[in-house]
Amino acid sequence: MSLEEQKQVPENWEPTILAFCCNWCTYAGADLAGLNRMKYPENVRILRVPCSSRVNPQFILRAFQKGVDGVLVAGCHPGDCHYVSGNYFTRRRFLLMQRFLEYNGIDPRRFQARWISGAEAGKFRDTMLQLCEEIKELGPNRKLREVK
Amino acid sequence: MRRIGVFVCHCGSNIAATVDVEKVVEAAKTFPGVVYAADNKYTCSEPGQEAIKKAIAEHNLNRVVICSCSPRMHEATFRKTIADAGLNPYLLEIANIREQVSWVHTDKEKATEKAIDLARIAAAKAAKDEELFTSTIPIEKRALVIGGGIAGMQAALDIADAGLQVTLVEKESSIGGKMVMLDKTFPTLDCSACISTPKMVTLSQHPNIELMTYSEVTHVGGYIGNFEVTIKQKAKFVNHDICTGCGLCETKCPAKVTSEFDQGLGKRPAIHKLFAQAVPNKPVIDKNSCLKLTTGKCGICSKICPVGCIDYEDKDKEVTKKFGAIVLATGYELIDWTKLYGEYGGGRYDNIITGLQFERMVNASGPTDGKIVRPSDGKTPKSVLFIKCVGSRDVNKGKSYCSRACCMYTAKHAHQVLEKIPGAKAYVSYMDVRTPGKGYDEFYMRTLEDGAVYVRGRISKIYPEGEKLISLGEDTLSNSNVTLETDLVVLETAMVPNPSAEKTAAMIGVGRDKDGWLQEAHPKLRPVETNTGGVFLAGTCQGPKDIPDTVAQASAAAAKVIGLLYKDELETNPMISKVDPQKCAGCGFCIEVCPYGAIELVDFPDRYQGKKIMRKVAQVNGGLCQGCGACTVSCKPGAIDLLGFTNLQILEEVDALCR
Ligand SMILES: Cc1cc2nc3c(=O)[nH]c(=O)nc-3n(C[C@H](O)[C@H](O)[C@H](O)COP(=O)(O)OP(=O)(O)OC[C@H]3O[C@@H](n4cnc5c(N)ncnc54)[C@H](O)[C@@H]3O)c2cc1C
Repeated sequence: MSLEEQKQVPENWEPTILAFCCNWCTYAGADLAGLNRMKYPENVRILRVPCSSRVNPQFILRAFQKGVDGVLVAGCHPGDCHYVSGNYFTRRRFLLMQRFLEYNGIDPRRFQARWISGAEAGKFRDTMLQLCEEIKELGPNRKLREVK
Repeated sequence: MRRIGVFVCHCGSNIAATVDVEKVVEAAKTFPGVVYAADNKYTCSEPGQEAIKKAIAEHNLNRVVICSCSPRMHEATFRKTIADAGLNPYLLEIANIREQVSWVHTDKEKATEKAIDLARIAAAKAAKDEELFTSTIPIEKRALVIGGGIAGMQAALDIADAGLQVTLVEKESSIGGKMVMLDKTFPTLDCSACISTPKMVTLSQHPNIELMTYSEVTHVGGYIGNFEVTIKQKAKFVNHDICTGCGLCETKCPAKVTSEFDQGLGKRPAIHKLFAQAVPNKPVIDKNSCLKLTTGKCGICSKICPVGCIDYEDKDKEVTKKFGAIVLATGYELIDWTKLYGEYGGGRYDNIITGLQFERMVNASGPTDGKIVRPSDGKTPKSVLFIKCVGSRDVNKGKSYCSRACCMYTAKHAHQVLEKIPGAKAYVSYMDVRTPGKGYDEFYMRTLEDGAVYVRGRISKIYPEGEKLISLGEDTLSNSNVTLETDLVVLETAMVPNPSAEKTAAMIGVGRDKDGWLQEAHPKLRPVETNTGGVFLAGTCQGPKDIPDTVAQASAAAAKVIGLLYKDELETNPMISKVDPQKCAGCGFCIEVCPYGAIELVDFPDRYQGKKIMRKVAQVNGGLCQGCGACTVSCKPGAIDLLGFTNLQILEEVDALCR
């Protein structure tokens, strides 16, 4: 594939977005968004983890390698972690990881973190909308991607 | 061989209206490992569950994927279903195609595509599911209650009445807490001592309760069902086994110091009972004010004691005991207003007192035998101003929260002034009057009818003029300045957490909120639990509240303790971290990360260059680990994994998502 071809965005392209959501807050917030029938784009796939601190940077690298265009890590608000302090680790790891990805040429907007409680269905929906819009604007991710 | 069965739910039309269920079933049949796929109108209904059981038997399924509502809804239901069919309940995955698909999307084609994706992800994870087993830990059938105020007493009595053993640890020399300092209690105005002291006596005589006063918890180890607690019993210098509590020593002790119980309004001897009806009703020697213990001269109490129970050589003692559950009931203190409110004189004017000092004064067994007087000259005040919200609802100087009991006890105080001092005037400076509670507003209305004058606005300055105190403020209802001239001012100050609770909570691993109140596990749904299993909260240690709420919460905490201790053993969550000792390098990073102190380094026999060696490896305590997985990320060799959410499973999910 030539460089030109690579840069072209295929027609009808839709981004694939992966969201790691902690079981106690953000996953519950997503459930509540459902219960309230709030609408957001279909691009996001949620993976349930017990705590945002369960998310290993390895998972994020793998996702970008395999063709994901954006990754979200979301958990309880700082101070509200179901596991006392897990999201503080998430916060520190996230900042490091975002810088590492940026160093490797990945736009930091492709890797985001959010604190969304089980009550914040609206915030969950808004996050999904914003994320999809931003990643759509950035186009397909080609960095780190495995050669198929 | 993995034999996965996929069951797709219509949920009536909840899912089926937006997702093409048949298409999901057809797609599922092509996933690796899937040998069976079917749909059902309502999977959670009895016929739906029976269909799953039947399919498991007929098709010899060993992994199950259910595409339905959120796992937060029915994971437990379906685990039981497959367990009934003979499968390990953890060989189940749920794809959430209702809350995450049909309810939030409208385009049927795209929604179906997403539902298929979620099913594929779930099947990929299910393929790597392993059987997990809950283990059981024995439970020590004894509860520890820390703090002997009305909260701790109520909790201890309820647990003991249920037939369980209780140890109550109180740091003061008597139980009772703040309630026994009060005179009367709103809204019924029944005498506080009359309803609390009988409880104290019942408690001390209860065959299931061990009372440890003048004691503090110094170390807490272990976990739910198996706490190991060290309790320090401070030296009392009086042998309570022989002391009869006659009180002769108190009358002859020459060392007189300010009485903490009387809030500084009276004096007490160095050898003293906290108050007349103290339980246990035996004195202790305060070693900081006793002449014999500080200077070596005196010894009068020892000479006059008829039974010879004084022991100047007494030492602090430590005991370690095992408990299955802990109730924290460490209560509150009042905010130190003198440091915050310079405009009220910062403590320089004798005739400005706190609400608790007022309680001691009106109390018939208090320092003034129940007479309301001015501390400066002992005269009866003809006018009293009560200022509410001193330190409460004051973000600039004090606390942002409302202390909840003050509106009611201020009404009580104003009523008491009007009742006890004929012709007296009672003013109340307030921001709002909050009286939600049974009979509460009626009580406040009665105080207004009694003649109390309520002025809406904060007092900005108080200064003495002659014998009077002049208070300047604003009446925000008439929009005018007010000047109140009174003989006495009572500050109704904010409740703050008992400072000694901080250390105790930290030892047990219980969180505190921004103001230091102990943190409940959930503000609505788990109000008496904490995030540490087996530890519960009762009373004002969790936040300001009055006696009815305190007692209700204490009984709730007791119910939780009884529920826990009535089991013989505890089933543990099997989805916890696990260390592969072969891979573990013993670096201990995981130990630092674990919020529960669940990981420790242990000896591990290994071989190195043909020789037997001992090296350190991490080990997870199944009773303590709550399964967050934070440790797994900190592990450089990848030796720790989280069962049920293994690294391999999550990577498989990521791969399945990208196809
Ligand atoms: C002026 C005033 C008037 C009031 N009037 C009323 C009224 O009329 N009606 C009403 O319903 N409410 C009233 N209240 C509120 C009432 O006092 C409280 O609701 C109640 O006393 C709370 O009980 P508690 O057991 O939670 O706390 P506390 O009474 O504070 O008890 C806590 C106990 O724990 C002990 N403790 C603390 N830390 C430790 C530790 N680390 N180790 C061991 N022991 C420890 C303390 O020594 C204390 O004995 C009033 C409050 C005030 C300030």
